[in-house]
Amino acid sequence: MDFTIAGILMLDGVTNGAIYALLGLAIVLVFAITRVIFIPQGEFVAYGALTLAMLQIGVVPGTVWLLLVLALLAALLDALKALRRRITASRVGIGAIKTLAWPALVMLLSLWAAPRQLPLIAQSLLTLAIVTPLGPLVYRLAYEKLADASVLVLLIVSVGVHFALTGLGLVFFGAEGFRNPSFWDARFAAGALSVSGQTLIIFIVSVALMLSLFLFFEHTLRGKALRATAVNRLGARLMGISTSGAGRLSFGLAAFIGALSGLLIGPTTTMFYDTGFLIGLKGFVAAIFGGLASYPAAAVGALFVGLLESFGSFWASAFKEVIVFTVIIPVLLWRSFQHGQVDEEE
Amino acid sequence: MPAFRPLLAAIAALIASAAQADINIGISLPLTGPASGLGIPMKNYIALWPQSIAGEKLNVIVLDDATDPTNGVKNAKRFVSEDKVDIIMGSAATPVAIAMADVAAESGTVQLAFSPAQLPAGRDYWTFRLPQSNAVMAHAMVEHMKSHGVKSVGFLGYTDAYGEGWLKDFSAVADKAGIKVIAAERFARSDTSVTAQALKLATANPDAMLIVASGSGAAMPEKAVVERGYKGKIYQTHAAATRDLMRIGGKDVEGTYVVSGPAVIAEQLPDSHPSKKLAIDFVQKYEKAYGAGSRNQFAGHAYDTVIVLEKVLPVALKKAKPGTKEFRAALRDAIENMGRTVFSHGVMNWTKEDHWGFTNETGVMLKVVNADWKVE
Repeated sequence: MDFTIAGILMLDGVTNGAIYALLGLAIVLVFAITRVIFIPQGEFVAYGALTLAMLQIGVVPGTVWLLLVLALLAALLDALKALRRRITASRVGIGAIKTLAWPALVMLLSLWAAPRQLPLIAQSLLTLAIVTPLGPLVYRLAYEKLADASVLVLLIVSVGVHFALTGLGLVFFGAEGFRNPSFWDARFAAGALSVSGQTLIIFIVSVALMLSLFLFFEHTLRGKALRATAVNRLGARLMGISTSGAGRLSFGLAAFIGALSGLLIGPTTTMFYDTGFLIGLKGFVAAIFGGLASYPAAAVGALFVGLLESFGSFWASAFKEVIVFTVIIPVLLWRSFQHGQVDEEE
Repeated sequence: MPAFRPLLAAIAALIASAAQADINIGISLPLTGPASGLGIPMKNYIALWPQSIAGEKLNVIVLDDATDPTNGVKNAKRFVSEDKVDIIMGSAATPVAIAMADVAAESGTVQLAFSPAQLPAGRDYWTFRLPQSNAVMAHAMVEHMKSHGVKSVGFLGYTDAYGEGWLKDFSAVADKAGIKVIAAERFARSDTSVTAQALKLATANPDAMLIVASGSGAAMPEKAVVERGYKGKIYQTHAAATRDLMRIGGKDVEGTYVVSGPAVIAEQLPDSHPSKKLAIDFVQKYEKAYGAGSRNQFAGHAYDTVIVLEKVLPVALKKAKPGTKEFRAALRDAIENMGRTVFSHGVMNWTKEDHWGFTNETGVMLKVVNADWKVE
């Protein structure tokens, strides 16, 4: 191994690590606020990449209909709840319109845009507009009623949601993989290293997203409300913060980050409907580094996972996944020795 | 009691229909999961199967195994114990088919595997494979390499049974031809990057690179190898012989050599190729139902299955009644003694020693030229 090879491997590792970092952050975010271990995080990556791929070939992606159906279900549940509490019909109607307005708008926009072959950037924005609202709806339908259940119950629900979303992905996008066109085709040579424009975009967007998350949590009221919920749910509720609102917001952020990661990674690899799971799982390993609580540690962990994967592939490609996932064990040991027994349930 | 009459009649009818003994076929296919790209086109063609063969009604049960060996075994057990099938088929995913073979052998039921399932010697007594063995395909590939002066090969393949099977069979055939495999690297279909493996192989700089992957998963490793500045010849296996290779690979896969069964390139086959007529018939039937360009290697295996059934069912029916142990044994013997039979996928000749069966004239080398196949 000489310097060039090491350089190429590092670059490859850090590029993948940046994506894992985004997903790791989303997983930490969701866990901190809702105590949900969000296994389906990776599915949003696949949904993002493949929704864009569908728009590329001029087809209305199935995720649009999923969005509409989920919104209808949510509106229906809200209406039932309202009926039981004898709330007036006009208020029920307003609630339903609020839930359904955005999905309906997105649907009309997709129907209009799909055959038109809009520029890549417009299609990407549309993709984000389709996939991001799936997050809050998934929370509303699958988790909200169970918000106070144990971490284990929420984990089991997550597994179910993961399988449901993967299966739906197969229905929507088919079994074959897609590769999206690059956002920026340029190549830059730095010595023997060659950096593609897409790699740069991945770095820039990842850093920008992390910065804006930081600003959001430190300097906005909503961000502070989310942090308060993470620290103490009951306390936050006593202060007038809606915990279910916080849950929806955190899932919305997670879906947004997932879809964005999908857009970023789509041009560098072939995405299948089920590729997201493994990517999300590596994000999860990264989140474990941060003890599912620390954002910077998760980001560092993600870079480590990316590098480990890259160098592992070079030295022993047959054992790559074994190497990456075995790393969880020493990390867990280290964390539990460091913190001793913590009982989160009570 | 007149009220009981209709009931009695219904029961009688039930008994009669059971005694009439349809031929039960249990098929396990990966309709979801990583290999669903192989299973779905097969299911599509199975929907076009004839209702009856040799005067007996075919009762076809298709179950999804989700590309999971555990599910495959579950399905096979259900076929044997509940559905009392006369013949088990599947799966199109190699690891699943291997797991199912044990159930077939225990129950004494023929298994027609839709994947190149490697089984230890003697364990495939009840198993026959419909796809070409890797060795038959490697034969065509090595011949091509020999005539193009290739001396060393780098291997980049899936870390599963398909990849390992190819490495083993290809090395054996290549060794005899004086071609050495100088580096072997693995990757998984869901990997987001194979840069590291490609880098290592490109550093070894072999005359040719063999990429073992399937469907749309085959383009990504090839792109990575090209990206690392590799300039030699690149070979792909028959699982990559779909248009997804060009759809995803674009200009990076130009000039790639792909070994293929004859079915998918029906029109381009030379008139002298024995499979030409059947291959064209298959392509027309399939594309009439599922649209132009939808042809697929695995749908071709479903087509060939009908050829097998049409040939062996009459023979076995003479010896025993469907649904019995004797019938299943007779079926097995009939398949083993079927003799030289032309498929849409080549020429099949199962024998006692060889349950793979395809002869060496089967594999065809293709080259990607202007995003289309060209027979070499």
